Amino acid sequence: MNYTKSELMVVAAARELENDDSVLVGIGKPNLACNVAKRTHAPDLKMVYESGTIGSNPSSPPLSIGDPVLASGAVSIEPMRNGFNYYLQAGRLNVGFLGGAQIDKYGNINSTVIGDYDDPDVRLPGSGGACEIAGHVDRTLMVTPHSERRFPESVDFITSPGFVDGREGRKELGLDGGPEAVITDLAVCRFDEHGEMYVDTLHPNASREEVRAETGWEIEFADDLGTTPEPNEEELRLIRENLDPDEMYTDQGE
Amino acid sequence: MSKVTSMHDAISDGVSDGDSIYLAGFTHLIPFATGHEIIRQEKRDLELIRATPDLIYDQLIAAGCARKATFSWAGNPGVGSLAAFRRAAEDGIPTDLELEEYTHFGLIAALDAGASNLPFAPLRGFIGSDLPEHNDNIARVESPFDDDYVYAVAPIQPDVAVIRAQRADEAGNAHLWGIQGEVKIAGLAADTVVLSVEDLCSEETIRSDPNRTVITSDDVDHVVHDPYGSHPSYAQGYYGRDNEAYIEWAEIASDVDRVEAWLDEWVYGVENRREYIEKLGAGRLLDLQPEHSYATPIDMGAYR
Repeated sequence: MNYTKSELMVVAAARELENDDSVLVGIGKPNLACNVAKRTHAPDLKMVYESGTIGSNPSSPPLSIGDPVLASGAVSIEPMRNGFNYYLQAGRLNVGFLGGAQIDKYGNINSTVIGDYDDPDVRLPGSGGACEIAGHVDRTLMVTPHSERRFPESVDFITSPGFVDGREGRKELGLDGGPEAVITDLAVCRFDEHGEMYVDTLHPNASREEVRAETGWEIEFADDLGTTPEPNEEELRLIRENLDPDEMYTDQGE
Repeated sequence: MSKVTSMHDAISDGVSDGDSIYLAGFTHLIPFATGHEIIRQEKRDLELIRATPDLIYDQLIAAGCARKATFSWAGNPGVGSLAAFRRAAEDGIPTDLELEEYTHFGLIAALDAGASNLPFAPLRGFIGSDLPEHNDNIARVESPFDDDYVYAVAPIQPDVAVIRAQRADEAGNAHLWGIQGEVKIAGLAADTVVLSVEDLCSEETIRSDPNRTVITSDDVDHVVHDPYGSHPSYAQGYYGRDNEAYIEWAEIASDVDRVEAWLDEWVYGVENRREYIEKLGAGRLLDLQPEHSYATPIDMGAYR
């Protein structure tokens, strides 16, 4: 099959989701990934958005996390306070998708500032729902391009906690769960027993050298380093024909 | 008693220089027409509070109305960053902008404390984040009952909240459907409330479906009938988000001269929302109109 890196990223993210998951979805590739999963191996996947829509079933890709297609046909719509209180904080959501300008080797995410907080080089949007999503779901998934700038050894600012300074550090704060996978355009990375990111599978045609060059620390590779499975025909058809026909969130193959 | 007035009069009566103001609506039902009226009336030194400043605060900041932004996610949703917000925060153009930053959960909890007359609200939020070091209104508190802990946020009680809904009666009892966001608690936390709606309806309509009521007349000071008052955001069942406008603003906002020209044309150059809508044109609005999809009626029962 002919496919692109961005299509592979969406499909790799979709395959992280299980049928009985309740997932806090983001816009763009995460939304596509959830919809691919829901229409293939995870038909019962429950999609929840930080705008308070529960069990959304969007007819077209939402333009924002508060899009009307997320409200129409949802099972429920909660005021924001209730969504964060009763759904996220109380542990009713087990997977969350997050992105950020920087992700470090412990899976901590920065979406607040590059540089000093009080005199930033770049002022980024900030947390939104991300900090508490990262704190309260069992598995955090990140979908992001792989570059040295995006993968520093430690982030300039922790907006959303990963393993903080290791699995013990997160546990001491009283947080369960944590980062599960980082899906880049080169590889799928996971976290070892210390909470440090390593490369679990390389995408077809990606090399160890490329990953090393685009990562800000000496990243380890799995002993049994695998190759990320390719998308299948049905997954690609869903992306191209149903979910992202205008190529808003993916570059698409022929 | 009717509280119906014009947007001009609601803002000139309700908003003073230096006020803290919350224009409510999470992505849905953002009070754009109100923001434009505040710009036209050249209000200054405002503290702008909103979970997502969105385009409306980017425009207020660009127009020089703001001294402070209290927020939790300052981006152009689905598009990118807010250029005017960044220019003010990074370079002090056109005015310095003090920032008070939360997470969504934290800001919403602070509003809830304000709406509930509590000295603080507890939440399992901010844990593991660097944010509490930079905001004195976020503090860790130990549980009085065991060795657990939470973070607390101080109450937020805006001087003015502006909330939108699909319909209300003339006294200010409002029905809202779709994403509810923080509309209710923003209204209940604020001192003065301006309610703007797509449609005016009878009190009988409100009473036919009380579960749909988001705020009642006791908490509303002014009611403004302002169709399309949320464009380019959306009103569920009335019109969709004008995504072209969101994309276009990202380009305009990055250039100070283009911002000035845009404000001249679309804010200072029109008298009110009606003129803005006429200028926008029927074709563009028709493109944003969804097909009908009615909820199944419920039976409240007629009890004697």
